[in-house]
Amino acid sequence: MIQYLIRRIFYAVPLLIGVNIITFVLFFVVNSPDDMARMHLGQKRVTTEAIAKWKHERGYDLPLFNNDKEEGIDQFTETIFYQKSVGLFLFRFGRADNGDDIGADISQRMWPSLAIAAPSLIVGLLVHISLALMLVFFRMTYLEFWGVALSVALMSISSLFYIIGGQFLLGKLLQLTPISGYDLGLNALKFLALPVIISVIAGIGSGVRWYRTLFLEEVEKDYVRTARAKGLSETTVLFTHVLKNAMIPILTGVVVVLPLLFIGSLLTESFFSIPGLGSYTIDAISKQDFAIVRAMVFLGSALYILGLLLTDISYTLVDPRVRLN
Amino acid sequence: MIFFWTDILFFILLLMLAASIVRTRSKEHLRRPWRKVARSKSAMVSLTVLVFYFGFAILDSIHFHPTEAQNGQGKFKTEAISLLDWWASPLRLQVEKTYSAPFATTAFARETIRGADGVPRRAYPRLQYGGKHLADPENEKDSDILQTAGKGIAHGLLAWLVLAGLLNVARSRAARMPYIQCGKEMLQGNTEMPWQAMLLTLLLLLVLGFGLGELSLKYHVFGTDKVGGDVFFQSLKSIRTGLLIGTLTTFITLPLALALGILAGYFRGWVDDVIQYIYTTLNSIPGVLLIAASMLLMQAYMARHEDEFASLALRADFRLLFLCMILGLTSWTGLCRLLRAETLKLREMEYVQAARALGTRQGNILLRHILPNVFHLVLISVALDFSSLVLAEAVLSYVNIGVDPTTESWGNMINSARLEMAREPVVWWSLSAAFVFMFALVLAANLFADAVRDAFDPRRAE
Repeated sequence: MIQYLIRRIFYAVPLLIGVNIITFVLFFVVNSPDDMARMHLGQKRVTTEAIAKWKHERGYDLPLFNNDKEEGIDQFTETIFYQKSVGLFLFRFGRADNGDDIGADISQRMWPSLAIAAPSLIVGLLVHISLALMLVFFRMTYLEFWGVALSVALMSISSLFYIIGGQFLLGKLLQLTPISGYDLGLNALKFLALPVIISVIAGIGSGVRWYRTLFLEEVEKDYVRTARAKGLSETTVLFTHVLKNAMIPILTGVVVVLPLLFIGSLLTESFFSIPGLGSYTIDAISKQDFAIVRAMVFLGSALYILGLLLTDISYTLVDPRVRLN
Repeated sequence: MIFFWTDILFFILLLMLAASIVRTRSKEHLRRPWRKVARSKSAMVSLTVLVFYFGFAILDSIHFHPTEAQNGQGKFKTEAISLLDWWASPLRLQVEKTYSAPFATTAFARETIRGADGVPRRAYPRLQYGGKHLADPENEKDSDILQTAGKGIAHGLLAWLVLAGLLNVARSRAARMPYIQCGKEMLQGNTEMPWQAMLLTLLLLLVLGFGLGELSLKYHVFGTDKVGGDVFFQSLKSIRTGLLIGTLTTFITLPLALALGILAGYFRGWVDDVIQYIYTTLNSIPGVLLIAASMLLMQAYMARHEDEFASLALRADFRLLFLCMILGLTSWTGLCRLLRAETLKLREMEYVQAARALGTRQGNILLRHILPNVFHLVLISVALDFSSLVLAEAVLSYVNIGVDPTTESWGNMINSARLEMAREPVVWWSLSAAFVFMFALVLAANLFADAVRDAFDPRRAE
C-alpha cells in the first residue's frame, strides 16, 4: 500500500511540472512582461522608464531563463523562471500587483469558499441521489418519463438564470434571505442558505440524470436478478444492493472534486459577493492582475491532481476488487 | 460581399456537414442508425427547431457593405451588415432613447414634458417608434395588436400550407401514392418519420415567427434595452453567436482528439505515454481559469497589434474566433480519452489483425479500418457538447472573458440586464427574451443529442 502510494505521488510530479511550464509559457513567453506593464500603465504614451520601473517593482526585470550577469548558482536563480515559477511548487505565490501577499490572501479567502462549496456538494449529493433512486424505483411508469423529461428541461436552463431567478424570488419577493453578502461565524448561515439552495437546484437536471444512468446500469446486473429471485422486496434490493454498488462510481466522482472545494465557484461567489477564492479570481481577471491569475491556475491544477491521487486511493479502499498493481 | 473569419469557417463547416449527409445517404450501413434517429419524435421536433435557428445564423453570416439606400439615413456607413440586419432593418434602426416595456407606446421612465400650453409636467413621453402610428394609444392599442398579430398569423398559416403542400407533393411522388392518401397519412401520424409532429412544430414556429415579425414592425415586442435597442432584434442576432460557439469549436477538438486519441491507442508504448501526459496535464488545469488566462493574453495581443484590427467588427470577430479556439483547446481531452480506449480495443480485432497480416500500410489501417469505426463516438460527443458550449458562452460573458461586449450574445444580454432586476418596476424583458431563445435552442440540442446517442451507442442498441 505504501509503495503504491509513493508511486502514485511520483506520477503527480511530472504533471505539476507540465502545468507549471504551461503557465510560465502563457504568462511570460507568449505575453512578455513589457506587455503586462503596458496594459497596466495604459497603452499609449508610456515611457520606457515607466515600464522599467513597473517591472523592477514587481521583479519582472530579470531575464527569463539564464542570467548572464550573475555567477554560479545565481545565474539560474536570478531569473523570472526561478523567482516566479519554481516558487509555486512550494506554494510561494509572491505578491499581487497592488503589493498584497497572494499566499496570505488565499489562505484567508479559502474558508468562505469552502463554507459555500462543501454544503452545496453534500446537500446536492443527497437530493440528487434520492431523486435518482426514486426515478429508478418507479421505472417504466409515467413518473419516470416525466421525471426524466423534467430533468432534461432543467438541464437546458443556464445557471445564470437559476441564480438571478433565485435571488429575485427568495431574496427580493419573499424576503426570506439576504440577496447577497457574507458574515463571520454563525451569522454566515443566513447568507449561505440562498447560494446553497440555488446551486442544489441548478444541479438537479444533470445530477439526477447522471445518477439515474449509474443506477440503471447496476439494476441490469446479475446479482440484482439473484436478489429479486430470492424474494427480496424491490425496496431492499434497491437500497441495500444497488445503492451500495453504485456508490463506488459515485464516491470516486466526488473524491476528485473534494480538493477543488477550496477554490469555490466563480459564478456563485461573485453573484452573492462572497469573499472567497472564486470572487478573488474574478476580481483579478477584471483588474488584469496576471500574478493572481497565474497563482490560481497553478493552485487549481495542483488541487485537481491531488483529487486524482485521492481518487486512486479511494478506489482501492472502497472496491476490494481493485488490485494495487 | 465581405467575409469575416468566422463566416468562412462556419460555411466550411456547413459544407462539410452537407457532404457527409450526401455520403451517408449512399451507404446503407451508415443510414441505419440515422433511420432510428428519424423515427424518434422528440429528435425530429428538435431538428425542426434547430434548422430554424441555423437558418437565422446563416442569414446573419452573409455580410456586405450596405449602399446608402439600404441603410436609412446613411448611418453606420463603414460597418458591414449581414443579410439579417438588412432584412430586419426596421428593427435595427428604430432605436428608442432608453428602456421601454414590451408593446409599450410610452417610455419606461417619467420625463418633464412641456405641454401645448407651455406648462411643464411630469409624464411618460411617447416612444419615437413603438406604436407611433396610433393616435390614441390607450384605446386603440389592444385592438391594433390583435389585428396585426392576426395578420401575421394568417401569413404564417399561408406559408405553412405552402410548405406542407410542397412536402406532400414530394412525398407522394417518391412513394407513388395519390396526393390525398399521402397527405392523410402524414396528418394522422401514420408515417415512419414523425411528419405529423414535425409539421405541427413547423406550424408553431411559422405562426410565432410571422406573428412576432409583423408586430415587431410596429412595436418593440420584447421591449428595448438601456440604450433603446430592440431586444427582439438582439435575441435574433445572438443566435449566430451561440451557434458559432457551439459548432466552430469542433475545428479544434476534432483534429486534436482524433489524431492524438487514435495514435495513442494504436501505437501504444511511448507515443501513448506522451499523449496521455499531454491530455492529463491540460485536463488538470481548471477550464475556466485556462480560458481566463488565455483571454487576458489575447487582450494583450490585440492591444499590441492595434492596427491589424482596424474596425470594431473585425476585433469582435477575432475575439469570437479566439474564444471558440480556446474552448476547443479545453474540451478535446474527454473525447481523446474515449477514442484512445476504443482504438485500444479495435486494434486487437480480427479484421485489423488481418489487415496487418496482409501487409496493409499503417496509415491505411488507421484511415480505413480504425477511423470509420470510432466515428460514432465523435458524433455522440459533438452532439452532447454542443449544448454545454452554448451555456458556457453565457457564463463566460458574465465573467467578462466571453465574447466582445459589442457582439450581440445571450450572455451579454443577461449580463447587462441582471443589474436592472433591482429597479422598481423590474426591467424583466431582456432577461426573459434571452431565457426563451436560449432555452429553446439548448433543449432542442439536448433532445437531439440524446436521440443521436441512443441510436449510435452500441451498448444501447436493441
